[in-house]
Amino acid sequence: MLKFPIYLDNHATTPMDPRVLEAMMPYFLDSFGNAASRNHSFGWVAEEAVEKARKQLADVIGANSKEIVFTSGATESNNLAIKGVAEMYAQKGNHIITAATEHKAVLDTCKRLEKHGARVTYLPVQTNGLIDLDQLREAITDKTILVSIMYGNNEIGTIQDIPAIGKICKEKGILLHTDATQAVGKVPVNVISDNIDLLSFTAHKMYGPKGVGALYVRRKSPRVQLTAQMDGGGHERGMRSGTLNVPGIVGFGAAAALCQKEMAEESARHAFLRDKLKDKLMAELDETYINGTMEHRLPHNLNISFAYVEGESLLMGINDIAVSSGSACTSATLEPSYVLKALGAGDDLAHSSIRFGIGRFTTEEEVDYTAAKVIDVVRKLRELSPLYDMVKEGIDLSKVEWSAH
Amino acid sequence: MAYSDKVLDHYNNPRNVGNLDKKDPNVGTGLVGAPECGDVMKLQIKVNPETGVIEDAKFKTFGCGSAIASSSLATEMLKGKTVDEALQIKNTLIVNELSLPPVKIHCSVLAEDAIKAAITDYKAKSATPATAQTA
Ligand SMILES: Cc1ncc(COP(=O)(O)O)c(C=O)c1O
Ligand code: FES
Repeated sequence: MLKFPIYLDNHATTPMDPRVLEAMMPYFLDSFGNAASRNHSFGWVAEEAVEKARKQLADVIGANSKEIVFTSGATESNNLAIKGVAEMYAQKGNHIITAATEHKAVLDTCKRLEKHGARVTYLPVQTNGLIDLDQLREAITDKTILVSIMYGNNEIGTIQDIPAIGKICKEKGILLHTDATQAVGKVPVNVISDNIDLLSFTAHKMYGPKGVGALYVRRKSPRVQLTAQMDGGGHERGMRSGTLNVPGIVGFGAAAALCQKEMAEESARHAFLRDKLKDKLMAELDETYINGTMEHRLPHNLNISFAYVEGESLLMGINDIAVSSGSACTSATLEPSYVLKALGAGDDLAHSSIRFGIGRFTTEEEVDYTAAKVIDVVRKLRELSPLYDMVKEGIDLSKVEWSAH
Repeated sequence: MAYSDKVLDHYNNPRNVGNLDKKDPNVGTGLVGAPECGDVMKLQIKVNPETGVIEDAKFKTFGCGSAIASSSLATEMLKGKTVDEALQIKNTLIVNELSLPPVKIHCSVLAEDAIKAAITDYKAKSATPATAQTA
């Protein structure tokens, strides 16, 4: 039985897994202690729970417990990694390399550092969404201290070649930070084989609670140092002060353990549902384009543009399904998605894009319903579209003199 | 964003969707906006050359729901008006009628532009000055 609305926006956030909530519950009431209280059992119980979670998080990325720093989420982890490195290694250099398709938590952090004298290179991406490794090599200078490239993209799901990027960084003695928020728990991530020095992730994209995240900070070869961005009691080995969010951390750990345990099966199921959705849409609708490569992609992501149909009007027609669009009309700034623009496909395809994010609780029935509904509404809106008419008449839209406003 | 009932009504049951023969001397066509901006409106009017009254209006819109509703409403407003009366239709009228929020005001501006563009096209094509018959 279908239940509405259908949630297919799992890149924005995931629902909590009930098993995660269950693991968290005792730490709200009975075991409420402060994990930093060293002299009584309330503190010890809390500390033990935090250390168990730390191990679960380390395990899901192939790290050591001591390399996990708890934060409030991936935004904070990105800030801490990039600002912390820029400040700590200022003597060594002031150049950072990142990419145009990064999350705002990376881009805006870099922009702030630019105001304080850092130099930042924003690598373009190719039409498939991936950076060109030769361009990365060429961008590196003797002042480069950090490369920050995300693992899986939150809009188009493309997976950068992090192991190769890490290898380049290692050869040059430069640190690699990756925002792996969308990738951890969904695809295998391993900080050793992927040559990662710093890695950001967050619980609420992995069926855990909101407001808790972590930063992996490599301790060996090389030992990465950070300048703390939060002053206080010196928690988390001085890297992030503040009383730990014990229930949140317990939930994060439980969520990571579940993802790790179920990853193989879950990612296959997600890819099956995603491909079914894609195949149905592509078979029934002409002039439909996938944004970003299908070859290197998160199994639960589909980002697709329905040419000549504006994204917000499409969302309005499928209002019993929760998805998001790169259309300008849906954004507060009235700018189309900068990620899609970076692919160079033209702004008009960004306006027509829809992002579908399959999740743990998505059913095949929901996917079938969604495909049918989208096909129906796209057809209806194309009947309304002057552009579709013009194209059918054989007019080349790129040659029309538009009265842009 | 929550849409007003009127926007939803026009979106779900758009009025006067379609095309008029753009070669007809009594038909004026306005095409405004641009695909890169995410909104394109085509609005057409058919004028009775004797009376200067707009007898038919059709639209097609690529744009958000509010843009679709604005153009649908515009075609309703146009029918039965003289060309000169039609020139008085302001976007604020559309904003009020559809209860558009501030971020959607430009969608109504586009509809006003489309009306003006259609009338300009009609006037350029038509030998008959459309002003004579105003009541
Ligand atoms: C790639 C990426 N980085 C960072 C974030 C921010 O995460 P958080 O909400 O935990 O701060 C998100 C989620 O919006 C994301 O998708
Ligand atoms: S057409 Fe973009 S907000 Fe209305």
